[in-house]
Amino acid sequence: MEELGLLMQGFAVVMEPQNLLLMLVGIALGVLIGVLPGLGGANGIAILLPLTFAMPPVSAIIMLSCIYWGALFGGAITSILFNIPGEPWSVATTFDGYPMAQQGKAAEALTAAFTSSFVGAFVAIVMITFIAPVIAGFALRFGPPEFFAVMFLSFASFIGMSKGPALKTVCAMMLGFLLAAVGMDTVTGQLRMTFGSTEMIRGFDFLVAVIGLFGISEILCSIEDGLRFKGERAKIDAKVVLKVWATLPRHWWLALRSSLIGCWMGITPAGATPASFMSYGVARRMSKNGASFGKGRIEGVIAPETAAHAAGTSALLPMLTLGVPGSPTAAVLLGGLIMWGLQPGPMLFVEQKDFVWGLIASMYLGNVVGLIVVLVAVPWFAAILRVPFSIIAAIILVVCAIGAFTVSNAEFDITLMLLFGIIGYVLKKLDYPLAPLVLALVLGDRAEEAFRQSLLISQGSLGVFFSNWLVSGIMAMGFALLLWPAITWVLGRLPGRRIRGPATA
Amino acid sequence: MSAERGLRMSMVEAGTALAFALAGMAAIGDSLRLGTGWGDDGPKSGTFPFWIGLILVAASAGTLAQAVRARSGSGLFASWEQLRLVASVLVPTALYVAAIPFTGIYLASAALVAWFMHRLGGFGWARSAAAGLAVAVTCFLVFEIWFLVQLPKGPLETSLGY
Repeated sequence: MEELGLLMQGFAVVMEPQNLLLMLVGIALGVLIGVLPGLGGANGIAILLPLTFAMPPVSAIIMLSCIYWGALFGGAITSILFNIPGEPWSVATTFDGYPMAQQGKAAEALTAAFTSSFVGAFVAIVMITFIAPVIAGFALRFGPPEFFAVMFLSFASFIGMSKGPALKTVCAMMLGFLLAAVGMDTVTGQLRMTFGSTEMIRGFDFLVAVIGLFGISEILCSIEDGLRFKGERAKIDAKVVLKVWATLPRHWWLALRSSLIGCWMGITPAGATPASFMSYGVARRMSKNGASFGKGRIEGVIAPETAAHAAGTSALLPMLTLGVPGSPTAAVLLGGLIMWGLQPGPMLFVEQKDFVWGLIASMYLGNVVGLIVVLVAVPWFAAILRVPFSIIAAIILVVCAIGAFTVSNAEFDITLMLLFGIIGYVLKKLDYPLAPLVLALVLGDRAEEAFRQSLLISQGSLGVFFSNWLVSGIMAMGFALLLWPAITWVLGRLPGRRIRGPATA
Repeated sequence: MSAERGLRMSMVEAGTALAFALAGMAAIGDSLRLGTGWGDDGPKSGTFPFWIGLILVAASAGTLAQAVRARSGSGLFASWEQLRLVASVLVPTALYVAAIPFTGIYLASAALVAWFMHRLGGFGWARSAAAGLAVAVTCFLVFEIWFLVQLPKGPLETSLGY
């Protein structure tokens, strides 16, 4: 139980007044970001990241991770009251949450959503507390081939698990890798793909890409429908909260199952969005009267919210232990780690005990604080969406521009942000996933470095990736996931032929 | 199918796949210049981007083929009306970004907020201008004074002594 002692030390760090204040600020900002269209966990944190340079890393990560928790909570507010998913992972919450609000049960839906978010996050944090040190300890034995294999595995699982067309996932991912390679090659010092432009030597900063891809493109997508927010009103009082809480223990099995789905989907970089859909789908299938889902059932709120929070939280596990983030937001936090001068990966657990356990302790406390904040302040956050879209959109554009500029004090980055915004708008509408693009952009350099170092060890032979049982095992899992769409395609086609055969004959 | 007219999905789908393929080819071309084989000190600079570019070209060719064959792209990417709305946001934003090097970020931001409120929100000029000014001043206080972050400034701020 060494973890518990370290966790207590972490709590001591978090309990410092300055860190507690940053936690509150982070949660409030996070909920705000989650409520506003065009600002989400990933680009909200990307915009605020440059402002944390001067802070101690522990304080910075506490504030930024609390923004993440806040954004996870905030997404539910707009889904339930306005039928607008503030975040992609709260789309599934609108299915039953908005009908509940229309029936005048908004307060019940919100309480259920927040509470189950909390439960999902809590399960994930407990898992992180006990599993993370084990994985990190195991990963200490990893060399470059193993690290490359882990990255290969996580990218392969993106391709294999993606809901959309696998080839589009590959396209988006490869574009991310190429953008990461632009600029100075740190190994040989040669310039790559700058095509004579001096602005390109710096390469593409993924924070700028995130702000454009997730922020600007979101504004462009929302304006298409000539956005008018029309919402239900809600005020939560203690009586409703207690009444809902009294009914929740009945759904313990649903909550536990959804948490486990979320944890699993969060660790493999599938992310919170598919987790929420999957959990909703499973809940509907397992329910005795599944047909009533979509008409305002509380289970339809509990299932996706629990899974989304569990996934969003557990996405930090591979980020902390292996340096391979499980979601775009975790990727941005990883970028933060590098900027604060910390080396992500298993050594964090050895060299930066205060940082790691401070972060884990802040997850526990941050989610408790978050639950209280959202329960108390829902009407105020909902009021923000009654501000006309013309004002909100303009302010978000300004904030994005400032955020892009502050990443490295370059005016050219603002232009890049706009370009990424247009690219993101087109890709989103064509069903290209953006998360693999961002993750490839973040991990590109490190994946290449691991690849090169591995080849150096073996003097150029690709056999190094199958040189022992550990690396071969990870690579084999990667290939199995990678080929999964092809396997299902072949399997699905065989009987299809047989049925269609006689019809054409 | 739909009565609305607009940009066809199949055209955008094909155009995007071609753009991906071009990016991949550019990467392959540049990698060949740098060398893609085994150098004196390990893999040459072009090795990794070369293979990535190759995969990208193959994947986008596959996407293009799927798009052409499936004919799923018979719907609309966006109607002209929707594109007009997108342009009403995108064009002012592009002008805003272009103006920042000359006017600084604060003046440009004030103008952007005021324009959005007046044109898209239907507010009067006086209220729009006041809101724009308020946003700019708030940003200035937060970034320059509180966080001590230097943002791009233009002649106006210089004349005020910043």
